[in-house]
Amino acid sequence: MPKTTKEISLGDIGARSEELGAERMQLNLGPSHPATHGVLRLRLELDGDTVTQCDPVVGYLHRGDEKIAEAMTYNQFVPYTDRLDYLAPLANNVAYAIAVENLAGIRVPPRAEAIRVICSEMARLSSHLLGIGVYAMDTGAWTVFMYTFNEREKLYLLFEELTGARFTTSYTRVGGLARDLPEGWTGRVSAFCDGVLRVVDEVDGLLTRNRIFLERTEGLGVITKERALAYGLTGANLRASGVALDLRKDKPYSGYEQYAFDVPVGTKGDCYDRYLVRMEEMRQSVAILRQALARLPDGPVNCVDQPRIVLPAKSKVMTRMEELIQNFMLVTEGPQVPAGETYFEAENPKGALGFYIVSKGGGVPWRLRIRGPSFVSLSILPELVPGHHLTDIPSILGSLDFVMGECDR
Amino acid sequence: MDTQALVGELTAAFPGARPRPSRDMAGVDVPAADLAALVRRLRDAHGFDLLADLTGVDAGPGASPRFSVVLHLLGSAHHAYLRVAAACPDDAAPAVPTVSSVHPGADWHEREAFDLLGIRFDGHPDLRRILMWDGYPHHPLRKEFPLAGVPVELPAADVAAVTGRRVEAAPMMGGPFVSPGGTMAKAEPVARDESWSEDNPSR
Repeated sequence: MPKTTKEISLGDIGARSEELGAERMQLNLGPSHPATHGVLRLRLELDGDTVTQCDPVVGYLHRGDEKIAEAMTYNQFVPYTDRLDYLAPLANNVAYAIAVENLAGIRVPPRAEAIRVICSEMARLSSHLLGIGVYAMDTGAWTVFMYTFNEREKLYLLFEELTGARFTTSYTRVGGLARDLPEGWTGRVSAFCDGVLRVVDEVDGLLTRNRIFLERTEGLGVITKERALAYGLTGANLRASGVALDLRKDKPYSGYEQYAFDVPVGTKGDCYDRYLVRMEEMRQSVAILRQALARLPDGPVNCVDQPRIVLPAKSKVMTRMEELIQNFMLVTEGPQVPAGETYFEAENPKGALGFYIVSKGGGVPWRLRIRGPSFVSLSILPELVPGHHLTDIPSILGSLDFVMGECDR
Repeated sequence: MDTQALVGELTAAFPGARPRPSRDMAGVDVPAADLAALVRRLRDAHGFDLLADLTGVDAGPGASPRFSVVLHLLGSAHHAYLRVAAACPDDAAPAVPTVSSVHPGADWHEREAFDLLGIRFDGHPDLRRILMWDGYPHHPLRKEFPLAGVPVELPAADVAAVTGRRVEAAPMMGGPFVSPGGTMAKAEPVARDESWSEDNPSR
């Protein structure tokens, strides 16, 4: 029986891929997958091991926060801001409060501003410690996570002492803060600052010159300066691409102009640069914390001269009629904010968290738009991921440091 | 960056563009047809190279123009913000041209505005829902959409055929702390009425 053989020259396998039966494979990564850091789903098309198309599917954690905001007073929405970037709730509280205060045309007293800076920087440390810990885990280094989580636990104890909650802090109010600092708290934060720097150095030693880590991050997921700007990336992701845009420096709010700190900027925009920027940001956060703690002003933490926005002192509510009525009106009708619109962005750990508020006057927003930096960071994936190997995806996703609570809102 | 002067320049260059009175930053109202051209000019000639945010606003049923699209632009070099707003000419089928050809980052923001408010972006490469699932029949951020949601079919027909379930409204109206609606002055949270009555015999 004559045998028929088919000659295949290696040179034109690509051209004959159809004949040889090489078909593209569809793969779902997530929505429940440890590398996607939450409920992100990627619909991938693979050619062998190489990704040819990436379509992120978001919205699994959509709760309709913007709709909910239209049905409640400004202060009632504060707990919802905890659940945006739930790795840095204090920073969200601060950003939201400043947005509403801008709309109301008020500015909180210096002590409240300084405490808000302390809160924001502690939230940044908490977020970056987790971000770097899990990023090391994504790239195969377990130990780092244990070091950084240990420090986060100390932060959570401080948060609990300050706000009464470890996680869902809800610390700010329109026109100030829920309460002043507990006694001795600043000393404990100073002690934490010393400890966290040692851990940052330790992590530095474990990762920054680690051969395995370098090979899994260097040159991967490169975002050029132009593409980062075109997609509207913000925060560490934008700065790693070489754009020195930091709203704390360039659009100072809450008194950030009083503190000396550096803005780390990357050169290549790869995963490794994003890691380096976050590492340096932690050191800068500690520097800001120390300055803020050293010259924490005295005084009230609420705009006590704004009776239509800020609750009166409890002791007065119990004894005086005017304050009782004021308390009742504020709780039922909300802080009275004039008609208008405002857009405010704060430099949060994940990027610029923006609030666009349209008010028709009164205590309830007409429209409250939340610009989540993670949503924007993920929107670059269809362009960023194709061309990489499937095994590089956890590394790229981890380097973008997103959180789905804020992406899906 | 003198954004107020820039607004004057823009209103001269685009007939129909008007300064938008805002307290926090300079703003310009632009006819929907000129939106993409104006945003492109701002990016190329005036350094507004970062689209910070793009969203839609519903002025409520009966208002005209009902829907508008609001953009916030930031210059990465001069650090100035600018607000650009365009009203959708048609209240029943709101649409504006896409700016995703100028700022690729607008892609997802426009998909979200389409998803939640039903504003169409003409020329958008891939205008699908993004937060709600494909095939969801409503635009939940519109003012007439109830806060508690409305029951709809499950997205997966095969699952629905087996389970016979639908997507039910969130257990919000009728929950323990529910505002009766109307002005906030009358909207003090009240406990749900669980007492027995002829209208409510199950309790």
